[in-house]
Amino acid sequence: MADPLLTFTDEGIYCPQGDFHIDPWRPVDRALITHGHADHARPGHQSYLATHAAAPVMRHRLGDIRLETIGYGEARVQNGVSVSFHPAGHVPGSAQIRVEHRGEVWVVSGDYKVVNDGLSEPFESLRCHAFISECTFGLPVFKWQPQDEIARQINGWWAENAASGKTTILGAYALGKAQRLLCMLDPAIGPILTHGAVENTNVVLRGQGITLPDTTLVTPDLKRGNHPGAIVLAPPSALGTPWARKFGPASDGLASGWMALRGIRRRRAADRGFVVSDHADWEGLNSAIRNTGAERIFVTHGYTEIFRRWLEEQGYDARIVQTAYEGEAADPAEAPE
Amino acid sequence: MKRFADLFLTLDQTTSTSARVAALATYFATAPEPDRLWTIALLSGRRPKRTVTTTQLRTWAAERAGIPLWLFEESYPIVGDLAETIALILPPPGATTDHSLSHWIDSIRALAPLPEDDRKAAILDAWDSLTPPQRFVFNKLITGGFRMGVSQKLMTRALSRATGIDEAELAHRLMGDWTPDSHSFASLVTAPDPTANLSRPYPFCLAYGLETPPEDLGPPEDWAAEWKWDGIRGQLILRAGEHFLWSRGEELITHSYPEFARAADFLPDGTVIDGELVAWTDGAPLPFNALQKRIGRKSVSAKLLREAPVVLLAYDLLEEGGQDIRALPLEDRTARLRRLIAPLPADAPLRLPPAIAFTDWAELHALRDTSRDNAAEGLMLKRRAAPYREGRRKGDWWKWKIDPLTIDAVMIYAQQGHGRRANLFTDFTFAVRDGDALVPFTKAYSGLTDAEFNKITAWVRQNTLQRFGPVRQVKPHHVFEIAFEGIQESSRHKSGVALRFPRMSRWRHDKPASEANTLDDLKDMLRTYG
Ligand SMILES: [Zn+2]
Ligand SMILES: [Zn+2]
Repeated sequence: MADPLLTFTDEGIYCPQGDFHIDPWRPVDRALITHGHADHARPGHQSYLATHAAAPVMRHRLGDIRLETIGYGEARVQNGVSVSFHPAGHVPGSAQIRVEHRGEVWVVSGDYKVVNDGLSEPFESLRCHAFISECTFGLPVFKWQPQDEIARQINGWWAENAASGKTTILGAYALGKAQRLLCMLDPAIGPILTHGAVENTNVVLRGQGITLPDTTLVTPDLKRGNHPGAIVLAPPSALGTPWARKFGPASDGLASGWMALRGIRRRRAADRGFVVSDHADWEGLNSAIRNTGAERIFVTHGYTEIFRRWLEEQGYDARIVQTAYEGEAADPAEAPE
Repeated sequence: MKRFADLFLTLDQTTSTSARVAALATYFATAPEPDRLWTIALLSGRRPKRTVTTTQLRTWAAERAGIPLWLFEESYPIVGDLAETIALILPPPGATTDHSLSHWIDSIRALAPLPEDDRKAAILDAWDSLTPPQRFVFNKLITGGFRMGVSQKLMTRALSRATGIDEAELAHRLMGDWTPDSHSFASLVTAPDPTANLSRPYPFCLAYGLETPPEDLGPPEDWAAEWKWDGIRGQLILRAGEHFLWSRGEELITHSYPEFARAADFLPDGTVIDGELVAWTDGAPLPFNALQKRIGRKSVSAKLLREAPVVLLAYDLLEEGGQDIRALPLEDRTARLRRLIAPLPADAPLRLPPAIAFTDWAELHALRDTSRDNAAEGLMLKRRAAPYREGRRKGDWWKWKIDPLTIDAVMIYAQQGHGRRANLFTDFTFAVRDGDALVPFTKAYSGLTDAEFNKITAWVRQNTLQRFGPVRQVKPHHVFEIAFEGIQESSRHKSGVALRFPRMSRWRHDKPASEANTLDDLKDMLRTYG
């Protein structure tokens, strides 16, 4: 019997026929990368292939790598295997990778969300025979509210803080999540300040032509008193540190899908938790899988055992793939999303 | 319900104590009186009688959400809270209505006599007419455990701010076995009838642990010392020919300790005594597990009464001749107490604990070192001039405990926590070595920092050998120092011992599992300290 089109090795997802890996976590010759997050785009590969839009962040993170880029929907054929990249809606430049050989189609989802966040290229539904899907939030307790509603909550909180003379500090993953939030903010409320980790990504994204609202980088000599009513965007790890305390009276919040759970919200001890995720929720995962028309589903990072059993009961041939992606990090609020 | 759910959200969304008190005070000043009363009841651990079982709730919620029950059951430990899991899993509500908190509580209570189908219909209707935060609150009303991160002390402070009534006086008014049925907001809070509540206890005075050497407390002659007993704190009340016994958790435990029915034969009416309940024979306390057999029993057999007779070691007098004497200095109160108790016959269920005399701190240090020989956990230090204050506060009363016993043990099982610790592995089982085998001997949940819990959680996920439901067997690798207050023989445990207050005191990164303590070490400790 011939090898399956994609296999799972110690290095990661591998296509024997085309001789390439997808999001491998150990050094390989040829790596196809879904997106620039650290658990998917790792250093040390001989060559990389990613979308034009994902490339700048990867170069910024990984330095001088041999990186070839490709447009969405454009096909590359290697040894009879055709590969193409399609929007995953996760962060700007993120892709699902479609692999086709003699009419058999497999899709690797990478990380994805099905709702349009207004910043990332919207998710494209692909038909395939086998779908390798993430399931970070693969439990029926995870249901995201519309983005407008979350924007209303965040801006309301910010305006309230501004009115009572407090600085607002919002913690969010610096690559993707922070920029998505930036676009949700109402600049009429006050100035937007950024932590260096967030601003670094802003610079890269602006450099590739993505429009983001005006921001001011927080530097050691920034006069914090000159920015009344400001909101500060920072990575979650900056909350509660001396850096954050320098802003004086402040209210802090975190934006993450994990904030859906009260236990995690309370453990993080931030004033507010906003449920904003760049992953699909329960409905999103189920509809994405349904729409592929695939019969075989492989699940990775997240509540894989539970989600696999659920899919099996829905009639799929569902299996778990052990990966080194960080879906179930110990402190989920810090996990890349 | 909107007002109450909003209060809940506000309390949940801020970590600042003053903001919480302010939100609660506003609520107490503006909510309808029946809702205020119920809020006080809920925040002090009272709840409507359960009319629906949690099994029914789970089944109905899964059905309404269109998911199999197993999927609900798998989601629950990850969320860590049943009321929240249900609130999250249900489909969005239809048309929502706004009824008061008391309305919903009444409707939950009205379910009691109904057949199951009607109860189910009522619950499904309720879920469908409430927003997700209101559903969570509604479910909490049914399942209980409503904490909202507000202590009784904080609630009392907010109520004091809203009513203008002194905080200590309010704390006293809220004590005892009142319910929202027996009282109105006025009769409980604003205009109580002092004779109406015979059983009402005084708020207990609680001590903090001493963190500095006692020398820092000033001249030793200002201080009185007592043994710190390992029993149950209790308050014995004699009023109008009746007697009542309260635990520190404000539980009326009169019927578990029939010994005190005779107290009225020995003591005058209008007497309230604070002390420690201990199992006691032949002039000495029995180990705590003897007392443990008596806890929570509705009736006590003659055999158990003989095996584990309980006395109150009386250390303070709060009411004498019907007068509240808490404002008197400790010295005066104990002198009066001695006059009451000293003449009692040997078969009376009250004792004066042995006095501890000392003239300088060095002497007291030496005495403290003999605590274990005296079946005590250390010493209590109380300022002779201090009144009997309410609640836990620093300054007048201190616990000066002896150092715990410790043993180095290997972690072998891990389980996820609840609430704030959901999704983290926080509950562990530990083993000692016995040749090549590992013998589990205790569980422990506390003692690590959040950062350490994060670290061990990541490790557990990668080093799970087997799963038994929510429990994971992990590679026997990590060694922890387990601290505990006492050790006793136990036939219920495989290891033959039971520990008192075990917790993780240190993560022994420096020790491999092969150097953890052995079962023989544990048995030696049992011989020495058991
Ligand atoms: Zn990922
Ligand atoms: Zn990602």
